[in-house]
Amino acid sequence: MKRKFLFAAVPLLLAASLAGCGGNDESTEVLTVLNYGKYFDPEALKLFEEETGIKVEYEEYESPEEMYTKYKAGSINYDLLCTSEYMVQKLIDEGEVLEMNFDNIPGYKNIDPAIIDAAVSYDPEHKYTLPFFYGTVGILYNTDEVNDAETESWDVLWDSKYEGKIIMENSVRDCFLVPLKRLGYSLNTTDEGELNEALQMLLEQKPLIYAYFVDETGDEMAAANASLAVAYSGEAAYAQSLADNLAYTVPGEGSNLWIDSWFIPKTCKSQENAEKFLDFLCREDIARMNFDYVYYATPNTAVYENLDEETKSDTTIFPTQKTLDNCEVFVSLDEAGTDLYNRLWKELKSN
Amino acid sequence: MTTKWKRQLLAGPYIIWMIGFILLPILMILFYGMTDSSGSFTLHHMIAIAEPIHRKALLLSLKLALICTGICLLLSYPLAMILNGMHLKRQSFVVFIFVLPMWMNFMLRILAWQLLLSNNGIFNTLLDSLGLPKLQLLNTPSAVVFGMVYDFLPFMILPIYNAMSRIGRDIIDAARDLGANSLQVFVKIILPLTVTGVLSGIVMVFVPALTSFVISDLLGGGKVLLIGNVIEQEFMQSMDWNMGSGLSIVLMGFVIASMAFMNVRGADGEGTAVW
Repeated sequence: MKRKFLFAAVPLLLAASLAGCGGNDESTEVLTVLNYGKYFDPEALKLFEEETGIKVEYEEYESPEEMYTKYKAGSINYDLLCTSEYMVQKLIDEGEVLEMNFDNIPGYKNIDPAIIDAAVSYDPEHKYTLPFFYGTVGILYNTDEVNDAETESWDVLWDSKYEGKIIMENSVRDCFLVPLKRLGYSLNTTDEGELNEALQMLLEQKPLIYAYFVDETGDEMAAANASLAVAYSGEAAYAQSLADNLAYTVPGEGSNLWIDSWFIPKTCKSQENAEKFLDFLCREDIARMNFDYVYYATPNTAVYENLDEETKSDTTIFPTQKTLDNCEVFVSLDEAGTDLYNRLWKELKSN
Repeated sequence: MTTKWKRQLLAGPYIIWMIGFILLPILMILFYGMTDSSGSFTLHHMIAIAEPIHRKALLLSLKLALICTGICLLLSYPLAMILNGMHLKRQSFVVFIFVLPMWMNFMLRILAWQLLLSNNGIFNTLLDSLGLPKLQLLNTPSAVVFGMVYDFLPFMILPIYNAMSRIGRDIIDAARDLGANSLQVFVKIILPLTVTGVLSGIVMVFVPALTSFVISDLLGGGKVLLIGNVIEQEFMQSMDWNMGSGLSIVLMGFVIASMAFMNVRGADGEGTAVW
């Protein structure tokens, strides 16, 4: 918190120095940015405006599907967007994404090459995207009721001892990845047989389920309304900040590694300004501000190296190498695959 | 002539509103529902209601809506009678109390129930402190019905109460003079004269209960799939507007059918409907 105060002082100083120059406002340039909710420190945005004189029109959304609908509606021409990997891939496939000129983004060298490598599934030539935050999907559990050893496998979510105390993800792919990984399949499978097996497994599990949640998971776990939950690492960290008896782990069978990345859409009016913004957010101080604000795993190595040991070893936020090796990144599904997933999802929910 | 024309002009804003926010959306739903993604005519998305998953969701919606309407009716009718029997001053105060919750956003009230009914919520804490076993109240179909009843009850009470308060005291006195006992007064006078109120109450509860999806989402924990949830999913997650619209058309059909049924039954009444 102290740190935030310090940064708050910087824009004031800058504003003062800018005011000295004067006459800087003939035709203010505008950069329209669309990002997840609560995913960028507002102080950092102000700082950008003051340093560059570019005005930021900042908009937020909740789900990648919502972002897609907003973008496709075309009523606002966005200059810069940030979203999940499978949605980026969909837009790349549709030819909606411009190539970045990384020469204009010297800060790109701060980004962890391992995470850039992991992005190979949606941006194979590393031309279109710049990773912002990443994390995993795992089990958030109440240490008073569940012992650590049990959560080393997804099997614990099928243990009838926890009847009525299990929360599953209420979104189709995050839900299906659990049985798919338990069965040893890829979480990107579109094989009907494998997916049907997964569905059977989920149907078998349904009587044990307390609820299917997304955003409520953290609060429900902190209130001890359930003992086990499938959750994003970020949600888990949030829940842990509310209650001490919660722990998070990624089971040994593997899971999902998610990466949220920035990209420049075709509707961009000034690629130069967009790249200025990207370089700005790669800068160590800004990336640090955003890390403190969002508290998800940052791919910015300059920030990571300067963290204290306690934060670095917080495996909820920063997955271990072993976990990363076990995890897969989601690949966008084709239309037939999407239809199949949606049908199985309805089947699960209606039974 | 000109004044009449001017007066009609006053309806202008409403007509624009109606065209923009009622007529056009319905036409769009009809268009999407009867075409496929390439834009050619098909009835596939409406027939899809017969698929086992959709049929099951529709039947569950009908079932929960019927139960909800039944409970509301059973609660409201005696309540309206008690209310009607009260002193006039107190009457308006009690009606005020019934309407009061409607001043708050219904989502907030449902969220409050989510907290009250949860595993460590107030009810379970109370049971626990009395030495009774905790109950799984939340995330069940019963919780969804409970939420619906809670939300829609005023819509049943008000029309019935409205119809009842219109029955002149002298009609009942006359029946009494002619030797009718309480039961006869109820069956022959009060019941027939409140039928229209009951019918409009039924429609006003049944229709939103049948089409709701937020209540089942919040109190059903994602485990209770109503037809409203299926339609929402088609629009928001699957991006299949054609399927969502097709199913909406079928659902609209059910709504219109239930309203038509009630209108035919209540056609001989005095028209105490409040909607």
